[in-house]
Amino acid sequence: MNVESVRGSSCDAVHAQGLTRVFKTKNTQVTALSSLDLRISSGTMSALVGPDGAGKTTFLRMICGLLTPSAGRLTVLGLDPVREKRTIQARVGYMPQHFGLYEDLSVQENMKLYADLNDVPPEIRTERFARLLEMTDLKSFTDRPAGKLSGGMKQKLALACTLVRSPELLLLDEPSAGVDPLSRRELWEIITSMVQKEHISVLVSTAYMDEAERCSMIMILHEGHLLRCGSPEELKKLTDGLCRRATVPDSLSARTFQAMLLDNSDVIMDAVPEGANVRFVLTSPEIKTEEVLQSTVSLPLRCVPANPTLESSFMHLLKNVAKNTVTVQDKIKHAESCKADNNAAFNTLTAAAKKTSDAVTSLQQSEIVIEVRDLVRRFGTFTAVDKTSFEVRRGEVFGLLGPNGAGKTTTFRMLCGLLPATSGYLNVAGENLRSATAQARSRIGYVSQKFSLYGNLSVMENLRFFGGVYGLPPLILRQRIQEVLDQFELTGHENDISGSLPGGYKQRLAMAAGLLHRPEILFLDEPTSGIDPLARRMFWRQITSLAELGTTIVITTHFMEEAEYCDRMLIQDSGRMLALGTPSEVRRLGGNSSTIEEAFIHIVRQARAARMAAGDA
Amino acid sequence: MNTALCFIRRLNALTIKEFRQIARDSSSIMIGLVLPCVLIFIFGFGLSLDVNDIPIAVVMEKASPSARSILSGLNGSRYFSPRWVSSMHEAELLMHNHDVSAILRTGNDFDRLMQQGRGEIQLILHGTDSTTANLIQQFCTAAIGVSVQKELDRKGNLGRMTMSWAANLQPKIWFNEASTSTWYLVPGLIVIVMTLVGAFLTALVMAREWERGTLESLFVTPAGRAEILLSKIIPYFLMGMGGLLLCLAASRWIFEVPMRGSLLLIMLSSALYLVVALGMGLIISSVTRSQFLACQAALMISFLPTVMLSGFLFDLRSIPAIARVAGSILPATYYMEILKTLFLAGDNMSIIIKNNAALAGYAVLLLATAVRFIRKTLD
Repeated sequence: MNVESVRGSSCDAVHAQGLTRVFKTKNTQVTALSSLDLRISSGTMSALVGPDGAGKTTFLRMICGLLTPSAGRLTVLGLDPVREKRTIQARVGYMPQHFGLYEDLSVQENMKLYADLNDVPPEIRTERFARLLEMTDLKSFTDRPAGKLSGGMKQKLALACTLVRSPELLLLDEPSAGVDPLSRRELWEIITSMVQKEHISVLVSTAYMDEAERCSMIMILHEGHLLRCGSPEELKKLTDGLCRRATVPDSLSARTFQAMLLDNSDVIMDAVPEGANVRFVLTSPEIKTEEVLQSTVSLPLRCVPANPTLESSFMHLLKNVAKNTVTVQDKIKHAESCKADNNAAFNTLTAAAKKTSDAVTSLQQSEIVIEVRDLVRRFGTFTAVDKTSFEVRRGEVFGLLGPNGAGKTTTFRMLCGLLPATSGYLNVAGENLRSATAQARSRIGYVSQKFSLYGNLSVMENLRFFGGVYGLPPLILRQRIQEVLDQFELTGHENDISGSLPGGYKQRLAMAAGLLHRPEILFLDEPTSGIDPLARRMFWRQITSLAELGTTIVITTHFMEEAEYCDRMLIQDSGRMLALGTPSEVRRLGGNSSTIEEAFIHIVRQARAARMAAGDA
Repeated sequence: MNTALCFIRRLNALTIKEFRQIARDSSSIMIGLVLPCVLIFIFGFGLSLDVNDIPIAVVMEKASPSARSILSGLNGSRYFSPRWVSSMHEAELLMHNHDVSAILRTGNDFDRLMQQGRGEIQLILHGTDSTTANLIQQFCTAAIGVSVQKELDRKGNLGRMTMSWAANLQPKIWFNEASTSTWYLVPGLIVIVMTLVGAFLTALVMAREWERGTLESLFVTPAGRAEILLSKIIPYFLMGMGGLLLCLAASRWIFEVPMRGSLLLIMLSSALYLVVALGMGLIISSVTRSQFLACQAALMISFLPTVMLSGFLFDLRSIPAIARVAGSILPATYYMEILKTLFLAGDNMSIIIKNNAALAGYAVLLLATAVRFIRKTLD
């Protein structure tokens, strides 16, 4: 018995028993992890999945000895990470979420530094560096300072620095956060090839389900608790027989149809647009789907069973927890407000549905609110945006997609009037931005990627401030604040300090502030990075409502499944336009791919290959 | 594997990294080398507490050879630029416009009173700047005293009486005969520069590593805190010594401050103080973990007190007791005393040993605290 347990622990990469970590500040106490019990066997790839604040980073930091457990036991490679920290650190590779690349140092210098620090013998370096540079595609950039690399290249360099030696256990904390689909795929190619060649155990935390699916074991964390642990197949079984796929009726947009299904929360747990279809998950297998659809859209719709996905199971688990943790009183209050909300939303939606039937056909004729012709922006000799032309109509949701460094942010900034264009014509909300920036600005709203509100002001103070900045008169401001508080479900949090709100709330507050002055056009720069799937659904539900009411939305994102919500999208790379069209058109352009992500990768790779060929010729 | 070799290799890698960062980051060079140069010029030339070429109006109500001869003593002085005016009225006008800072006046019967040994010269000072006024008064009495003496010597009579008068006024300033303020400002300047590089710059660069998350990545490598701390200490120690050499060169060839003590002692004491300042900087950055806070803290804890309380500008004995106590806690105060002694008084070993012992105590205390603060965890 004793012998077996000893042997059992020695072949586990990580073994946690009742592991707890509490963070204490002056007057608050946050439990980041509470009595975690799990075993990660060596030689496998495991994923940690969970919303923000689930305790993923805390767990990884404890494994490599950066944080000490408050209670419980943790064994890593059979060692105690507190007492035998140095031994563990010599055998474990850890890539933090913000890896410490020295921005002033070149790619080569960063790699050499980490090789020196990790005692990599000089004789094996040449070969290993060459291999890592080959895999990361950084060969031609060895002299470039790390600070001048694009986001995706930085992550690849960080991975190369972590892999300068071959660790027994590799810990990766959201390695693909903020990285475009192309670089993300390349990162994973490196990880899998290293794991196969060197038999490394890997523990990776991620927000992407497709990444989790590559692992043999998935641990789902939520607010410090382990919700479920199992192989991808086991987890998928949770929603077996609950998933359906229905074709979007001609009279509705995929986004509207998805919203209508999502609002029917008694029978439908989750819904996502997928090109011409909407995928949804029922709350129980007995539900008569056709009847539900009939009552939701008042149209006879065809519906087929769909394969369960990891995401549907993940949502299923999260929703169950959300249901169980809400106290009774909150639940009643919430249910009432939900009902009221749903009714209101439903009314607007059905009204909208009627409208959209005309609207879809008349979209081509509706008013153009953003017009861009031959837009160029150069920084010195570097052309960030080259001859870009597109137009966006009122009430459209328009996506700007592209790899890191494609020119999205530059295009975005020119549209918002934050950056003047080098040449070309740019008309936003009827104002030529080159001559009338101030007028145009009062008609647009902007929510930036980083939380750009004042962290030490309360929710109410932030809203009052931004209302004041936009020059809203006091009476109207008071009324608008009440409206956005209701709209973004921030009521009850008015006096909370903004900086201490959870990620999803911060994001909603930022949206609320951006919408105070009722802008005609709302610009959103990667608004959903770092928020959990539940909050993300809610975010898109609100975007749908805004669009129905005639607000035009321009959005950038790295989550390709979010591109499905867009009416149309622009794909850029190296400053040039590669594709422009609806999700279905983009799929077709991308070699009839089944997902936008594949289509995106196909389009970008093809364009790059064509340019290489042209360059060689 | 050979642990000592690994230690050296890692330390070497970290130190080279630090030097590369210094070379590529203009802000480090600004604080480490350009700022000391700027300070040398500001403190050396701008903040001179001396009087030079002070405009002064001279009125002789009745021209007399002896008055003229006494007052002309001012002509040769580099402290004054006298303007001879014909009437008191004119002098007052100049004074009101602050064209002159003082009026020297001899009365109608100066010659007669002089004969009797009761000669009177009136000095009126512009009192808006009391420090300058005081200095003018001192210098005037000294300058006039000398020429009165000469005049009496030349005349050969009533020598006894005026000799005693003149002797009373003869100023005597020890160690800084020229009373040149740069002589005591320059040693102070060295203290400031060393504090700036040691505490301020080190706090900033270390806090930057916290902020950018590079320390998190360093902490999981086999590099221990000894390597991490040493790799911060070595480059900035060298940079601080570079700043010291700049200051020493400026004091020797630009301000011509005498150096009565040994250069070796100055260098050794400075090295010791630099270690103290580095310890402070490392502690500040470990506690604040943010560049902005580290900057504020370094300014409040090390830089400002060094300027105000270490005896740089004011003699510590003439300030209120509480400030004096605060000053005596500062390591800079001890270093300041060493430098002033070594520069202007010479190798007074008892003072130097006493103050260096205090600095050594601080060095051990602060470095030990810094090592304790950097624990290779994020707790």
